[in-house]
Amino acid sequence: MDEVKRIELPATRAAFSDLKAGQKVLLSGFCYTMRDAGHARTLEYLKNHGELPYGLEGQTLFYAGPTPPSAMRPFGAIGPTTASRMDFATPQLLEAGIVAMIGKGKRSDAVRKACLDTSSVYFVAVGGIAALLAKCVVSDELIAWEDLGTEALRRIEVVDLPVYVEIDVSGADLYREIEAI
Amino acid sequence: MNEIRKTIDPQALADEVYEAIGEISCSLRADYRHAIDALIECAADSPNEAGKLDRANDVLRCIAENDDIARSDHIAICQDTGSVWVCLEAGPDIVFGGDVFSLVDDAVARAYKDNALRMSIVRDALVDRSNTGNNTPAFCEVKFRAEAGCSLHVMLKGGGSDNASRVVMLAPGAGRGGIIDEVLDCVREKAANACPPLVLGIGIGATFDKVASLAKHALLRPLGSFAPDPETQDLEREILERVNALGIGPGALGGMPSALAVNIETAPCHIAALPLAINMGCCAMRSKTIELFR
Repeated sequence: MDEVKRIELPATRAAFSDLKAGQKVLLSGFCYTMRDAGHARTLEYLKNHGELPYGLEGQTLFYAGPTPPSAMRPFGAIGPTTASRMDFATPQLLEAGIVAMIGKGKRSDAVRKACLDTSSVYFVAVGGIAALLAKCVVSDELIAWEDLGTEALRRIEVVDLPVYVEIDVSGADLYREIEAI
Repeated sequence: MNEIRKTIDPQALADEVYEAIGEISCSLRADYRHAIDALIECAADSPNEAGKLDRANDVLRCIAENDDIARSDHIAICQDTGSVWVCLEAGPDIVFGGDVFSLVDDAVARAYKDNALRMSIVRDALVDRSNTGNNTPAFCEVKFRAEAGCSLHVMLKGGGSDNASRVVMLAPGAGRGGIIDEVLDCVREKAANACPPLVLGIGIGATFDKVASLAKHALLRPLGSFAPDPETQDLEREILERVNALGIGPGALGGMPSALAVNIETAPCHIAALPLAINMGCCAMRSKTIELFR
């Protein structure tokens, strides 16, 4: 396994340039939770205003719907949801300024190409370890869409959140590499 | 029938559901934990190859540590605390009445609030996708069986692994080989979304609507158990071997294992049919079977 790398968020795309698919990364700093319904709303806003809402330009999205607070932590459990459900919106969001995504599972060819074209990165977090991942979250702030419940847009601060590079800026894709073995 | 009838108290049944949700949402099923611990021990004894072995072991250790944290702090092992499936399997000696489904829904709402679990159910798939706010309704099923007594099954099913599942109506001529191909195709395409290492619940037979239920029931079987029929057992072994040969690995990050078990349930079917259902169970399988009147 390549050396574990640490990255501070928000990060410029230059910070991702030497990451390789399969590498483990510890993320610290700020990212935003967004899922299915949030992507539909963001895409609608982008269409009407020509830019991302809520200062999302330059930010990283975590495809996650956390549980309520528990054990004195902002969330009892938080973990990645299936990323392919966001594929319909991702190329446009990357084009508009999202620089990285955290989710689980395979992405479409269009998303892989969009990562390559915009020098963006798709990280995967491990599914099924959400109590452990929640210990990496130190604060959270509701930004919008409270009506969506767990799908609301939240700005969260993480410390050493463990993820793996699934698609790197060269368009290399860990899952495809594993399949090819 | 002259045997003594046993009457189920619907409130007592709902209370069992309440207790089960609190327990299974916040701890890994004991047989899964044993399987994960055994794999970690096994990896500790074998030398590291470059790359994929390290990732696989990293994920397995995270799954064990996650279970430890969830148990000690009583928090959910997965943020997707699922849709609730409750199945009452009743023998001929069992009598029940009353509004069992409403009482179960009350228990689900209380359990999700009291254990700070995630509310993941919308009012209607098509016309109203607003959240019900209390994780109801539960998806309930009553099944009658020949054997005396009564089992209560509770499962919290994650959305990601259910989405990765499928029902296919094969032609009988597809046979055993066609079943294997379809399962491998499903795993190759969808396993990464379903949080491996997986357990594959497979239903073969019955009708279009019933085959998915066979697959779901298969997930209840303890790890390390086998189908009673030798031919079915042989198919379970072959599919497990071939799924693991795909090298998808824990967290889909490569290596071994991709699946912990393949559980198959079979049933009679129409001369024209070979129904097949694959229900993927994730590494955070949450289920419990309670024997009432034990």
